[in-house]
Amino acid sequence: MEITKETVLKVAGLAKLNLAEEEAQRLAHEMGKIVGFAGKLAEMDLEGVQPTTHAVKLENVFRADEMQPSYPREEILANGPERDEACFVVPKVVE
Amino acid sequence: MSDYKAVIGLEVHAELDTASKIYCGCTTAFGGEENTHVCPICLGLPGALPLLNRKVVEFCIKAGLALNCKINNYSRQDRKHYFYPDLPKSFQTSQLDLPICYDGYLDIEVNGQTKRIGITRIHIEEDAGKLIHGLTGTRVDYNRGATGLIEIVSEPDLTNPDEVYAYMETLRQVLLYTGVSNCKMEEGSLRCDVNVSIHREGEPFGVRTEMKNLNSLSAAKAAAAYEIKRQKQVLAEGGDLFQATLRWDDAKGINYVMRVKEHADEYYYFPEPDIMPIVITPEEVEAIRATLPELPKARQQRYKSQYGLSDYDANILTVSKALSDLFDQAVACEAPAKVCANFIMGDITRLLNEKALQPEEVPFGGKELAELANLISQGAISSSAGSKVVELLFQPEFAGKAPKAIVEEQNLGQVSDQGAIKAMCQQVIDANPKVVEDYRGGKKQAISALVGQVMKASKGKANPAMANQLLEELLNG
Repeated sequence: MEITKETVLKVAGLAKLNLAEEEAQRLAHEMGKIVGFAGKLAEMDLEGVQPTTHAVKLENVFRADEMQPSYPREEILANGPERDEACFVVPKVVE
Repeated sequence: MSDYKAVIGLEVHAELDTASKIYCGCTTAFGGEENTHVCPICLGLPGALPLLNRKVVEFCIKAGLALNCKINNYSRQDRKHYFYPDLPKSFQTSQLDLPICYDGYLDIEVNGQTKRIGITRIHIEEDAGKLIHGLTGTRVDYNRGATGLIEIVSEPDLTNPDEVYAYMETLRQVLLYTGVSNCKMEEGSLRCDVNVSIHREGEPFGVRTEMKNLNSLSAAKAAAAYEIKRQKQVLAEGGDLFQATLRWDDAKGINYVMRVKEHADEYYYFPEPDIMPIVITPEEVEAIRATLPELPKARQQRYKSQYGLSDYDANILTVSKALSDLFDQAVACEAPAKVCANFIMGDITRLLNEKALQPEEVPFGGKELAELANLISQGAISSSAGSKVVELLFQPEFAGKAPKAIVEEQNLGQVSDQGAIKAMCQQVIDANPKVVEDYRGGKKQAISALVGQVMKASKGKANPAMANQLLEELLNG
């Protein structure tokens, strides 16, 4: 399957990635190869096979509704690029 | 212009009343110091693995059963991708094509007519954090982030703002009865998105707009009314409608465009790899069904057939589950139903409003209400004395006291002593010659003024029926 440069730029836009012209060109080629590889699966006869979404056959992995202590705020905020005394700070969001 | 019909569908988000969040043990308590109910899991830090809260699944099934849904035997979570700072992972863990519940309905009543509104689906997902907009930057508080939600999607079966209001009101009542959400709209526990389009009968649906996060019943109704009118006006003026997300400004009563949808639904959903599929057996569904309480509709029917209450009384009594439970507890103690109902709809509701209390905060139980209602029906106290007792029961110093004890202590008992009342009647007759003259002259209703005087003289304690009878005897004797 061919992946065009336009497809790459569209996906990049949705992922908020800025790609230079030659990067887009190169990625179109590389992504084409990846998708082509996965395309081999289409050659298999999958008549009657249920789609699966997980590689391990586990179901209903739950936890009980029990409260645990949260993290200290300082530790939580330490991971943010910008913060004030109580919150993460992000560039002004205009709605 | 008036031949356009509105097509309205609602998406309602209800925060679930679990103790902990959907994928971690952080508390779901409302408020709290900013970013103190947060951990690496609900913040989506690299390497943190979510573990689904079993109760979120159970509550979703419970809500679904209360809304007549079918339950998917095999369900799954999916990632919905979008970039917004209230979502630290840059995707929301939600459900796409295999929601837990689907194909249900809710019956609403508008102007005495019952209408069935389809429920397309109910799925589980996580709530977002809170953005606090400042002048230079936006501050983010993730306390609410990753609280378990259910999203209830209706069919576009609603056709006017009154139906929007009735649907929200009825849905809220059902959710409150099931106990899955506290539905506090002022705290954002229940919010709705209103989707509106208009079209002419027989023509395809028109262009749809969406208004997000309406947080009161009246705002949902007003927003729908405004948007229907706006769309009609645009078309009447020959303009074009475009698909958009709108923001409703409740204070100004207008909406404005938040964003125009150019690429609709490019969320790049894919199955959530960190959450395993959810398999629900019919036995589990039935076990949850068995925990459903009697729902408002059924309760109203029972109040009418079992106690002979009117439609009006049955509807008012069941608005709040707490007050309705109080009524049930009182009549279970062999109290007269109508007297209990009147106390709840009258004095108790009035006092709750005056003292700004929630229905759950009535400071006495069904046993006390039953005792009080029986004192009235046995003629031991007058209804005004009954009101007085309820008022006292709401005061802290009378907490836990039996109504009988209060009546004795406060000397509120009705006087049915014939001799004493007869003496008062004679005094009233002597003091009101003009009224007596009217009565004897044929104005029989003048006697009620005299009964009133006797009641006043006895400080409300005389048995009014007895006073009436004795006055008649004295005047006609």
